[in-house]
Amino acid sequence: MGLDVSSHLHPVGSFDLADHPVPTGMEEIWRFTPLKRLRGLHDSAPFADGAVVLKSEAAPGVVVEHLAADAVVRGTSGLVPTDRVSARAWEAATGVTLVRVPAEAVVEATTVLRHVGTGADTAGAAHTVIVAEKFSKATVVLDFEGTAVLADNIEIVLEDGAELTVVSLQDWADDAVHHSTQHAKIGRDATLKHVSVSFGGDVVRHDATAEYDGPGGSVEMLGMYFADEGQHIEHRLFVDHTAPKTRSNVVYKGALQGEGAHAVWIGNVLIRKVAEGIETYEENRNLILTDGCQADSVPNLEIETGEIEGAGHASATGRFDDNQLFYLRSRGIEEAEARRLVVHGFFNDLIGKIGVESLEDKLRETVEAELAKNVLR
Amino acid sequence: MATLEIKDLHVSVETEDGPKEILKGVNLTIKDGETHAIMGPNGSGKSTLAYTISGHPKYTVTSGSITLDGVDVLEMSVDERARAGLFLAMQYPVEVPGVSVSNFLRTAKTAIDGEAPKLRTWVKDVNAAMDRVKMDTAFASRNVNEGFSGGEKKRHEIVQLELLDPKVAVLDETDSGLDIDALKIVSEGVNRFKENGDKGVLLITHYTRILRYITPDFVHVFVNGQVAEEGGPELADELEANGYDKYVSAAV
Repeated sequence: MGLDVSSHLHPVGSFDLADHPVPTGMEEIWRFTPLKRLRGLHDSAPFADGAVVLKSEAAPGVVVEHLAADAVVRGTSGLVPTDRVSARAWEAATGVTLVRVPAEAVVEATTVLRHVGTGADTAGAAHTVIVAEKFSKATVVLDFEGTAVLADNIEIVLEDGAELTVVSLQDWADDAVHHSTQHAKIGRDATLKHVSVSFGGDVVRHDATAEYDGPGGSVEMLGMYFADEGQHIEHRLFVDHTAPKTRSNVVYKGALQGEGAHAVWIGNVLIRKVAEGIETYEENRNLILTDGCQADSVPNLEIETGEIEGAGHASATGRFDDNQLFYLRSRGIEEAEARRLVVHGFFNDLIGKIGVESLEDKLRETVEAELAKNVLR
Repeated sequence: MATLEIKDLHVSVETEDGPKEILKGVNLTIKDGETHAIMGPNGSGKSTLAYTISGHPKYTVTSGSITLDGVDVLEMSVDERARAGLFLAMQYPVEVPGVSVSNFLRTAKTAIDGEAPKLRTWVKDVNAAMDRVKMDTAFASRNVNEGFSGGEKKRHEIVQLELLDPKVAVLDETDSGLDIDALKIVSEGVNRFKENGDKGVLLITHYTRILRYITPDFVHVFVNGQVAEEGGPELADELEANGYDKYVSAAV
C-alpha cells in the first residue's frame, strides 16, 4: 500500500520505503519526469559510496563536519520523504555532512561544498544538514559538477533570527542525473534565501520546500535555469505557511533552447488556517529561444484562511518579444546582439537579487556560454 | 549630405481578412537641412510611414521605393537602416527589462560608429545629453524605459537622437502625451539636432502644437494613405483653425 500522493499540496511523507512503491509515471508528482532517464533512482538502482567527491571550503567561523548516518541532527528540519527517491536516499546515505553556523556568528565569507561527480556508472546517495543557529548570518554554496547519478536529501534549519543564503548550483556535465530534495525549516523571525541554479545535467529534478517554526519567518526562493537540447530540468517548490506573519517570495526564470529541451516548474503554496497575516508571491518566467522546446509551468495556491496580507502568482512563457528586438535593432544593434541583450536582461535582475557577488560573474559568463550555442551562432 | 526619397510607396499589413493597404502611393523627398511635418487624422497612415521607413516587419511594401542618398533602403535590415543614418523616435518607446540605459546607449553607439566610444568622453557625452533634456543622470543605471513616465520615455528618445547623430530623424508623434514643459524640452532637442546642419527631419504629428516650437519648411497633410495637400508652415496654421474636416469628408 502506498501513500496518498494525489495532492501535492498536502503531502504525507514516510521514512518507510515500503510506503513508496515504484512510480509508473502516472502519479501527479511524477507525470512530468522522464522516469526512463532516472537510471533507476526511482526504482532499485544500487547505491555505492564514492559517486561524488566532496571538497568543502568552510568560511572562518563555520563548522563543516562529517558524521555517521545516525547523527541526531538528521531530520531536524522536519524533512520526511514524500517520494521514493528521497526515501531511498534517506535509507542509503552512509553519513551526514553537517554545516553549522554557530549562534550569533556573522560570517561574510562564503562556505562552499563542492560536489564533484566521479562517473555515471554507480549511483550515490547523500545527506547534508545546514544549521544556522540563533541570530547567525552566513552564505553556503552547494556546487555540483562533473558527472554522477545522485540522489540526496538536504536539510536546512534556521533557528530564531538567523539569516541564511543557500545556493544550489547544478553545473553538471551533460550526462549527470540529479534528484535532490531540499527542505527548510524557518525559525521565528529568521530569513532564508534559497537559490537554485541549473545549467547542466541530463535530468535534474529538485524539490525545494519550506515550512515555518514560528511567526515572522521569511523565505525567498530564487531560481535560474537554462535547458538545452534534450535536457530535462524540473523544479518543484512547496512553501507551507505553517505559522502566522510569515512571508514567501518565489521567482524562477529559465531559458530553453534546442530540440527536446524541457523545463518543469511546479510552484505550490499552502496557507494553513493558522497562518494569518502572511504574504506570498510566486512567479515563473520562461523564455523560449528556439523551436522544439517545452516548458511546463504550474503554480498552485491553496488558501485556508482569508486573513492574509496578500497572495499571488504569475507564470509566463514566451518567445523573444518582437517589439524589444525591433527597438534595439532600430538603434543599429545587430539582431544577434539584440537577442543577446534581451536574454542577459531577462536574467540580470535575478542575478542581482541572488546577492552573492562571487557568483554573479560566473552566472553571467554561463549565460553568455549558453547563448553561444544557438542565439549567437 | 542626405536625401531621403520616397516614391509611390504602397504598404499593406496582414489582417484577419487578408492584406489591407494602408499607404496608397506616397511621394516625399526630404533633403538635408529640411524639416517636413506630416499631419493627419488618426488612421491616415502616418505611423505606418514611420515604421515602414525603419523597416518594421509588420509592414509589407508592395510597390514603390525608399532611398537614402540613392541607396535602396528597402533592401536593408532594420539595424542596417539605422547604421545608414536613419533614426526613428517612437510614439511608444519599448521597455527592455534588465538592460540598463547606459549599456543600451553604449551598445547602440558602438553599432552605429563601428567602434566603441572612448570611455572617458562617452560618459561625459551621455551625462551632458541627459542634462540637456533635464533627465536625471541616475536614469543611466535604470532599465531601458522600464517604469519611465511618458515624458521620460520621449526625453530618452531625444537623448538617443543627440548621441547617435543620424542623417535623417523620423519623429513619430513625439509630442503626444507631453505636457507643455516636456514639449518644449523635446522640441529644443530636435532644434539642436537640426542646427548641426545637413540633417533631415520628418516630424509626424496629429497636433499643430509642436510646430510652434519646431518650424517646418514643408507641411504635408496625410489622408487615407496619401498626401492630400502640401504647403509651407502656413498650412499648419490653417489646420489649426479648421482641423482635418474638409480632407476627411473629401476622402469619404
